[in-house]
Amino acid sequence: MPSIKELEEEIISEFEILGDDRESTIFYIMELGDKLPQLPEKFKIDENLIKGCQSKVWLTANEDNGKVRFLADSNTDITKGLISLLIRVLNGQPRKEIINADLAFLNKIGMDQVIGSQRSNGLASMIRQMKMFALALDTKSEANA
Amino acid sequence: MQNSVAEITLDIEKIRKDFPILHQEVNGFPLVYFDNAATTQKPKVVIEALENYYAGYNSNIHRGAHFLANKATIAFEDTRKTIAQFINSAEIEEVIFTKGTTDGINIVAQGYGRKFLKAGDEILISGLEHHSNIVPWQMAAEATGATLKVIPVLENGTWDINAGFKLLNENTKILAVNHVSNALGTVNPIELFIKKAREVGAKVLIDGAQSASHFDIDVQAMDCDFFVFSGHKMFGPTGCGILYGKRAVLEAMDPYQGGGEMIKEVTFEKTTYNDIPFKFEAGTPNIGDIIALKVAADYITNIGRKNIAAHINRLLKRATDGLSKIEGLRIIGTSENKIGVVSFLLDGYHPFDVGMLLDATGIAVRTGHHCAQPLMNGFGIEGTVRASFAVYNTIEEVDKLVKAVERLAARKRK
Repeated sequence: MPSIKELEEEIISEFEILGDDRESTIFYIMELGDKLPQLPEKFKIDENLIKGCQSKVWLTANEDNGKVRFLADSNTDITKGLISLLIRVLNGQPRKEIINADLAFLNKIGMDQVIGSQRSNGLASMIRQMKMFALALDTKSEANA
Repeated sequence: MQNSVAEITLDIEKIRKDFPILHQEVNGFPLVYFDNAATTQKPKVVIEALENYYAGYNSNIHRGAHFLANKATIAFEDTRKTIAQFINSAEIEEVIFTKGTTDGINIVAQGYGRKFLKAGDEILISGLEHHSNIVPWQMAAEATGATLKVIPVLENGTWDINAGFKLLNENTKILAVNHVSNALGTVNPIELFIKKAREVGAKVLIDGAQSASHFDIDVQAMDCDFFVFSGHKMFGPTGCGILYGKRAVLEAMDPYQGGGEMIKEVTFEKTTYNDIPFKFEAGTPNIGDIIALKVAADYITNIGRKNIAAHINRLLKRATDGLSKIEGLRIIGTSENKIGVVSFLLDGYHPFDVGMLLDATGIAVRTGHHCAQPLMNGFGIEGTVRASFAVYNTIEEVDKLVKAVERLAARKRK
């Protein structure tokens, strides 16, 4: 299993190929969303909606042998692509790694310029929620230890 | 017929030179600004008027006993005169300065609605309203026990006139509707409804936010009690707008806010209010922006609103024709009588995503519910992509939009 940093490097090189072509970059993000494993309908409930996103983003997480597994979906394709990028980097990683991840790749690929301020705020909300899940699972695990 | 006149008289390239903001690249492409229903860009003369005021004669107005105060007061009151002509009000004092359309509607809903409405009374709005012409009336209804009624909207985005007429009866005390829908561009048959409102004795407020820069407005001929609009949607600054009201109705109303400017005499026991328009202009007004608003109104008048409308209709027709041919594209709002706005959905794309993809090639549109959630709910949609036009837009720009949307449709992903 590659580390978070290694996965981030992978994504940075993919985006480098796209260069400054913003339309292609956005299409690429949308295509990444297409590959996201489907979120079962039963998880598409208001309790799983991330607050602070203009689009609807449902996110849920569980734990498998100390590794966090995320499942998500969105009603808009670009947002689905964005959450799929985060899942690609954070899925299956140890809880502490997720909590401490700085996700510097987003800055390196200039994501805030690609998606604009409103969606950047939404992206920040997604990251916050994913870290919250990891933190909650971590706290629970320490309480059980 | 107006079309041919406008084609000869309007030199759009010359007009574009008046708007500095248009001459820039966005994401490596020339900016195409199609978000004019949200706010229009400002010509140099308006920007200069602001600068001249702050650099040359910034001062508080009325009562000041010095040169700058006089100069600012004269310029400020000049705007009132210009606007009175712009909408043909019977008296200059019937023009009240506000923060914008929303502010104007709230002043009426609170100052008139809360004073005169009572349980059993009805307020009639339409299904095409902006939230700013819904929520203030809901607040007034809640406070007074009055009921809100809504003219239904048909599949093509026009009022259901017959159903609307039935709702306009002797219980109706206020008819508050927009002249042009901001979300769809539908021009509403307000004349018919104003006539009927007169028969049943209802007061009439027209939300002219989307019409004031497109149509010659004559509030006397229109026979409305109130007409409200915003400066920033007619090439003027943000934060200023107009509430026109008939003198008798304005005099009967309570002021909306208390403070300086709006008083005649204040003692701790009792305050008597100033006359109109000052009764509704508490506090130091937005002097600089209101002074520049005159320049914006003059700018429009010099081009001619008939000419502006003719040009915008040409753009709208070109956009409608081009977009209609795209497979999987659905235009929301297909009235014969529209101005300035084309709202649409594209199969396989969420409107937000279309907006972002168009922005990638420099085209600015608005996406979402356009502050008309009840209307969007009625269509069973979350929102649309909205392109809205102004006099400085060109046929070439419309063609760019159509091509960009065609490209998205061709890449249709599902």
